[in-house]
Amino acid sequence: MIHGPGCPVCVTPLEIIDKALEIAARPDVIFCSFGDMLRVPGSEKDLFRIKSEGGDVRVVYSPLDTLTLARENPDREVVFFGIGFETTAPANAMTVYQARRLGVRNFSLLVSHVLVPPAIAAIMESPSCRVQAFLGAGHVCSVMGTAEYPPLAQRYRVPIVVTGFEPLDILEGIRRAVIQLEAGCHEVENAYRRAVPAEGNPAAQAMLREVFTVTDRAWRGIGVIPRSGWRLAPAFAEFDAEERFAVQDIRTAESTVCRSGEVLQGLIKPHECAAFGRECTPRTPLGATMVSSEGACAAYHRYRRLELTHA
Amino acid sequence: MPDVGQPAQNGAPVDLVAWSCPLPLRDSPTVVMGHGGGGALSAELVEHLFLPAFGAQGELRDSAVVDVGSMRVAFSTDSYVVRPLFFPGGSIGDLAVNGTVNDLAMSGAEPLYLSTAFILEEGTPLADLGRVATALGGAARAAGVHLVTGDTKVVDAGHGDGVYVNTAGIGLVRPGSDIRPGRARPGDVVLVSGDLGRHGVAVLSCREGLEFGTAVESDTAALHGLVCAMLDTGADVHALRDPTRGGLAASLNEIGTAAGVGVEIVERQIPVPAEGADACAILGLDPLYVANEGRLVAMVPPVDADRVLEAMRAHPLGTGAAVIGRVTGEHPGMVVARTGLGATRVVDLPVGEQLPRIC
Repeated sequence: MIHGPGCPVCVTPLEIIDKALEIAARPDVIFCSFGDMLRVPGSEKDLFRIKSEGGDVRVVYSPLDTLTLARENPDREVVFFGIGFETTAPANAMTVYQARRLGVRNFSLLVSHVLVPPAIAAIMESPSCRVQAFLGAGHVCSVMGTAEYPPLAQRYRVPIVVTGFEPLDILEGIRRAVIQLEAGCHEVENAYRRAVPAEGNPAAQAMLREVFTVTDRAWRGIGVIPRSGWRLAPAFAEFDAEERFAVQDIRTAESTVCRSGEVLQGLIKPHECAAFGRECTPRTPLGATMVSSEGACAAYHRYRRLELTHA
Repeated sequence: MPDVGQPAQNGAPVDLVAWSCPLPLRDSPTVVMGHGGGGALSAELVEHLFLPAFGAQGELRDSAVVDVGSMRVAFSTDSYVVRPLFFPGGSIGDLAVNGTVNDLAMSGAEPLYLSTAFILEEGTPLADLGRVATALGGAARAAGVHLVTGDTKVVDAGHGDGVYVNTAGIGLVRPGSDIRPGRARPGDVVLVSGDLGRHGVAVLSCREGLEFGTAVESDTAALHGLVCAMLDTGADVHALRDPTRGGLAASLNEIGTAAGVGVEIVERQIPVPAEGADACAILGLDPLYVANEGRLVAMVPPVDADRVLEAMRAHPLGTGAAVIGRVTGEHPGMVVARTGLGATRVVDLPVGEQLPRIC
């Protein structure tokens, strides 16, 4: 079993976090974010640091709350950090859509959405890839449905089992993947039917199509994957925080020592990376797999301690 | 905020450059919110900045125990900056009394006297201050402690958050008892006095930007009566902790580190109210890390465990008491939890604040 890159927060590339920090530090800005994004380090700081230096950084649970905030603070710029996979995207799209409909001009979105199918393709395209089967992320499919996956399963001859997140769901997903591998099959199976209809959520998809457009996107510790993310569509460009605050030119390279891309392909174990436990720790992570507590490297870092004390 | 024991003779200057062990505090050159979160960042601030500057040493615990003449006196202080001031089940006034009373009780002390200091923001409605003061007075009466001295300061509008409260308290330690984190021993049974996570969920439910409807109320309560009932059994209670900021996870990690022991807990045995579990699931929080203000965790020798549990359950603040695990000589300083499926997970000390998560 190899963990995916981790959560939507931790695949967010360094560059976009540096842009967020730049915007959040501005005195005219109220910068809103999901809570767990505050701790994710950019090149030098995180949003907690910006807050401690006087930046107005706020945690919201629903992006739609930022519109209320924008209307209550007409003399400030309210920016929401719109990150995540297909799962968080509909609510962010709806927020931009509503901002235009309601004429909330002091709202903008810093977008860094990423998409699952292109990441699967990128991993499988690697000549040294050892992945034999995928557990498809159930929440992503609850929005997007399962139609994107049969072409991947056929092209790369890998079983893809759409799986939920409870422990029994995971076990069932593994069981179905193993059965397929033993039978020499490579189909898409839905083991999470209680949440995932084949067609997904058509209303959410329509909103996504209207507000976003596909773009190349960098993944933390992995680099750019072609057509693997969303940005705001031209019709909504006025709400693009990157343009409004002129941060498009901030360029930050991902770490060159981080080998999380190889970890994700099953080529190395986390502790085989030279940076593991040295310059790269859960407190000072280099790649996505160390940022999130669920990431492969963070889990190795945490559980190796337990192993060592038992040894 | 843990207090420290006896001051040392010579204070060493704080070496800001050498702060690199075990984890670099200087990865932030300014104070961040996590420094007040009760987790690793808070501990590092105390260890690397305050203790060297004060020239202090000694075991860190909820309250200091000092000798005054022939008496052993527990002494503690705590500041309260909760927002909002009023939340389901209580207010900053209740917390200010119960929090300090509980810090004393965790040393096995009978709380006697409290001081209270207010830092008020210009423009705060006097009606709000009145409600806070009334709650504070009521909580003190309920706890049987006396508010005997105090102070009031006002800061410019915009430089505070309405009302900040500090309380300090003293109490007399029960003769013969020696309750401190460092006394936890392999084999000890780990008990909690009730279900976990109520206070943190109640406060989050009414925090700006996160409002959600919940029937969960804060568990804020003064626990010295419960501790008294536990000690009246004659049990040799080794360690007590009230799992406030950082929740049960922080308390168990601190005890494990102080005593050089490991702790094993069983998730299925840990009581969590259903509404609290739902709120945590939605916000992406782990109930083990959520704050409580009226619960305690106890480490008790196995021979005493049954009677202590019985005494807890017979007390109004301990009806939900449960055995949740045991202390072990393996993996010292580490807390592990057996999950519902029988797997084992490491329950780390939280780094900073608990935040609602998106993933």
